[in-house]
Amino acid sequence: MMNNGEPILATKDLRMYYPVKGGIFRRAVAACKAVDGVSLTIQPGETLGLVGESGCGKSTFGKTIARLYEPTGGSIKFEGNELAGLSRRQLKPFRREIQMIFQDPYESLNPRHTVGAIVEEPFVIHQMGTRAERRQWVAELLDKVGLHESAAQRFPFEFSGGQRQRIGIARALALKPRLLICDEPVSALDVSIQSQILNLLMELQRDLGLSYLFISHDLAVVKHISDRIAIMYLGKIVELGDSREIYKNPRHPYTKALLSAIPVPDPTHVPDRQILEGDVPSPIDPPPGCAFAPRCPVKASAECETRVPELVEVEPGYWLSNCDCCEIKNSP
Amino acid sequence: MAETNGDNLLEVRDLVTAFDTDAGQVVAVDGVSFPVRRGRTLGIVGESGCGKSVTAMSIMRVLPQPMGKILAGEIAFDDKNLATLDAGEMRTIRGNRISMIFQEPMTALNPVHRIGKQISEVLLQHNDLSGVEAWEKSIEMLDKVGIPSPEIRVTEYPHQLSGGMRQRVVIAIALACGPELVIADEPTTALDVTIQAQILQLINDLQSELNMAMILITHDLGVIAETCDEVCVMYAGRIVERASAKEVFANPRHAYTQGLLNSIPRLDGIPKSELNIIEGMVPALSELKPGCRFAPRSGREHAPELLTERPPIKEISPGHWVEDCPVCTK
Repeated sequence: MMNNGEPILATKDLRMYYPVKGGIFRRAVAACKAVDGVSLTIQPGETLGLVGESGCGKSTFGKTIARLYEPTGGSIKFEGNELAGLSRRQLKPFRREIQMIFQDPYESLNPRHTVGAIVEEPFVIHQMGTRAERRQWVAELLDKVGLHESAAQRFPFEFSGGQRQRIGIARALALKPRLLICDEPVSALDVSIQSQILNLLMELQRDLGLSYLFISHDLAVVKHISDRIAIMYLGKIVELGDSREIYKNPRHPYTKALLSAIPVPDPTHVPDRQILEGDVPSPIDPPPGCAFAPRCPVKASAECETRVPELVEVEPGYWLSNCDCCEIKNSP
Repeated sequence: MAETNGDNLLEVRDLVTAFDTDAGQVVAVDGVSFPVRRGRTLGIVGESGCGKSVTAMSIMRVLPQPMGKILAGEIAFDDKNLATLDAGEMRTIRGNRISMIFQEPMTALNPVHRIGKQISEVLLQHNDLSGVEAWEKSIEMLDKVGIPSPEIRVTEYPHQLSGGMRQRVVIAIALACGPELVIADEPTTALDVTIQAQILQLINDLQSELNMAMILITHDLGVIAETCDEVCVMYAGRIVERASAKEVFANPRHAYTQGLLNSIPRLDGIPKSELNIIEGMVPALSELKPGCRFAPRSGREHAPELLTERPPIKEISPGHWVEDCPVCTK
């Protein structure tokens, strides 16, 4: 599943800055660079995993490509159509194609609506079908995500976390989207429920040919579900490539540290751990040069603190930050 | 008689803890027994609602009042039974000889007091120190938990620190009086993996330096494998399996333990393969049956008497205890 054919989604130098307001007039005095120049593609039927620590801009990136935010700059192309800069009305047809699943199934469902009304809402907004047809579609959707059709008459509080996440998935699938943005969809769930939801997502992808942007901080989950993986640090992608390749042979020092930090469920495993010092710096006032330099265990040259590295394609389909701290495999 | 023997710092015996609710009394911890050895780490693993935290709160005697009570059982610590100790005597132990590290470092700290004051408070409560001495000791503790420029940080407020730093402060408070036992309830769950690695390393180092025993509560089997000597697996208020960490991971005997271990995605697993699952979900506390509680999710047929009679706890090999349901235990 490499770069063959037209991607379903392509971003180019996408930037999303939040204004930081201050002073008595609440004017924007600085910018929080949550997403700062991200270029990547998602192929049809592919899962792209997006990984990084909290505050690195993963969720903002997901919400920006779903156009819940107006990007500050750069381009978002969905099947060749530019989404950045479109008005609400112009966006409406694309809303059907890109849907989101959220982390917290307790907060993303309206507690005063029945499950039927929640899942039906997208059809109502897009003025599709008669009441009877819509009811039929809701029953089919609930069945598809493994819930009984009688769930439609009940309220979200009557369901457990895993079942609520299924309701969220049913709602996201209602308009037959092509791309699902899954923002930490299993992080709030217990392990036994987590695997049920992951299986459901993989099954839906096979049956419906969906593409996923799968955002998570759980690297084992991301590895399991993704075809390719992008590692994000402070608003920028630092490494992007085939999932197996990255896990087997990470090259960016941040990816290495991230992967080595995962606790392995095997007491005989002796971790060879690279412990990073400190925290992610603030995106309001990022360090000059390479954003990772203050925590980087390699810090190969003085240039690290002055030059901002760029993401370059070092091998077909494999992108890496062009700094001296990364291991570049010699071409054979 | 409440007394621990030999290597055991603490022994929990047949602990039953219940809550009064509008719908009647629910038993959250239902006859749980385990020892905590001196200087060692015991892990308690299980899904949310299985009674891990209530077990910890029972030992610390910080159950929500007036709903929560210990109905039966003993918590032997030296020659004392913590389950029935009077409140005044418990106060001399809590925070001093037994202390706790909480999951959410922002809510565990008081937002309107300086870091130094919050560490000093514990020190002054349990030691005969002057305010200045306690302040000095607070700086020393911050240094010990790896906080850079502790003499400046000691004057700051919790909101000025990052999540990882706050958790270090919570650890500093827990360790200030040199406790013999620390109960860590999901100490790294709210943290990123890189910060989790820092905090686990810190806890490990301090534990061997200070020779403390620890009870580590988590739902993360990776964290258990890495830090624990012994493991209790809890399900629906009971311990279904208890053994050394090596034994639990290499040779799980209860169907629930096996299910948990099989359902987590592994780094060395086959990508996009179907994951093993445990069907259904954790039962509500108000719906618990007296017999084998894992029966509805085990996918195996249980005879009616197995659902009405509590399975006995059996030592199936030295140090390896299993709730011996003939269907769920293999």
